[in-house]
Amino acid sequence: MRLAVERGNFASLSAPWGRRGSGSGGESVAEPPRVPSSPRPSPNGRKGRAKCGRLAAAAVATLLAAFAAAGAGAVEPNEMLKDPALEARAQIIGESLRCLVCQNQSIEDSGADLAHDLRVLVRQRVTAGDSNDQVIAFVVARYGDFVLLDPPFKPATWALWLASPAVLLLGVAGLAVWFRRRSRLAAAPPPLSADEERRIAALIDREAGS
Amino acid sequence: MAGFRLQYLIPVAVFLLLAGVFGAYLMEIGRGKDIAALPSALIEKQAPTFALPAIDGDGPGFSTADLAGKVALVNVWASWCPPCRAEQPVLMRLKAEGVPIYGINYKDKAADARAMLAELGNPFAKIGADSTGRVAIDWGVYGYPETFVVDRTGRVRYRHVGPIMPEDVDRIFHPLLKRLGG
Repeated sequence: MRLAVERGNFASLSAPWGRRGSGSGGESVAEPPRVPSSPRPSPNGRKGRAKCGRLAAAAVATLLAAFAAAGAGAVEPNEMLKDPALEARAQIIGESLRCLVCQNQSIEDSGADLAHDLRVLVRQRVTAGDSNDQVIAFVVARYGDFVLLDPPFKPATWALWLASPAVLLLGVAGLAVWFRRRSRLAAAPPPLSADEERRIAALIDREAGS
Repeated sequence: MAGFRLQYLIPVAVFLLLAGVFGAYLMEIGRGKDIAALPSALIEKQAPTFALPAIDGDGPGFSTADLAGKVALVNVWASWCPPCRAEQPVLMRLKAEGVPIYGINYKDKAADARAMLAELGNPFAKIGADSTGRVAIDWGVYGYPETFVVDRTGRVRYRHVGPIMPEDVDRIFHPLLKRLGG
């Protein structure tokens, strides 16, 4: 769960220039619901335990509510579209678009000023009848591929997509070579030296003689 | 050498490779490159079409037509943005050299914007007031200030994220403006 406080801090930390983050202005940060601390179990009997159980249930319910609220991101009620189907589409689009001020949050999650403007813009395009792809192309035309949280696979991003599988393959290949060599060494022990042959012959002779 | 195997050089090679990559980046940063600045999606593309009112809200402000046929700078600024204030002397210097500079005043109050220009000087040939920030989005602006260099054909050739420092003028702007024939 991303808490409101974290959101604000990230926005201001990652703003080297005069960006209007949500750090102090705090346009949309909701207070996280307070979770009642559960009291110590009462030493005498069932009554205390029942009360404790109820409180624990309340705490769990509050936590769940907090998680649900976090899922809704930073979208403010007045930004939402009246049509739930259009609003759902706008949220799906927004979750794939990076907020360039905070850079590791989607525009749906970010409290930054620019994210708010982009959320409103996405909703305008959706209302105007654009398809999801058209809205995303509209934003990419202005901000480039970096605005996509799921980067496309193309020559400029080959290194990004292929580097980790390549390292994995190298590791697997290295292990294979190592295992192969070890089993070959185990299968064929080095031949005995002349001295060892002599000692074995001497031992066998002694066995036979006794 | 007894017991030496070629594989022993692998860690050394990996180290040298990483040191080379990091070293190259550090050299770039040392030369003044801002590695956090994002590339603009507008580079080599036509500048967006827009028409903004003047800061006072009346009369012509700044529109795409103003950029026609000249090499110009487009600077996105606001009075509430300290780095914008910091770069103002540099813009004044460029203006004195005869570089046409146009301003997009981002989400500002007219009185504050006018006060800043009165205090620090007005380097802009024309200023458009972008009160909603919508035109800034068309330019792909994500931090303030940002400065674009537009060529004679109206194409965006360079985007500078953050304030223009005095050394950026010699390192970036002078060579670029000279190349574009500004």
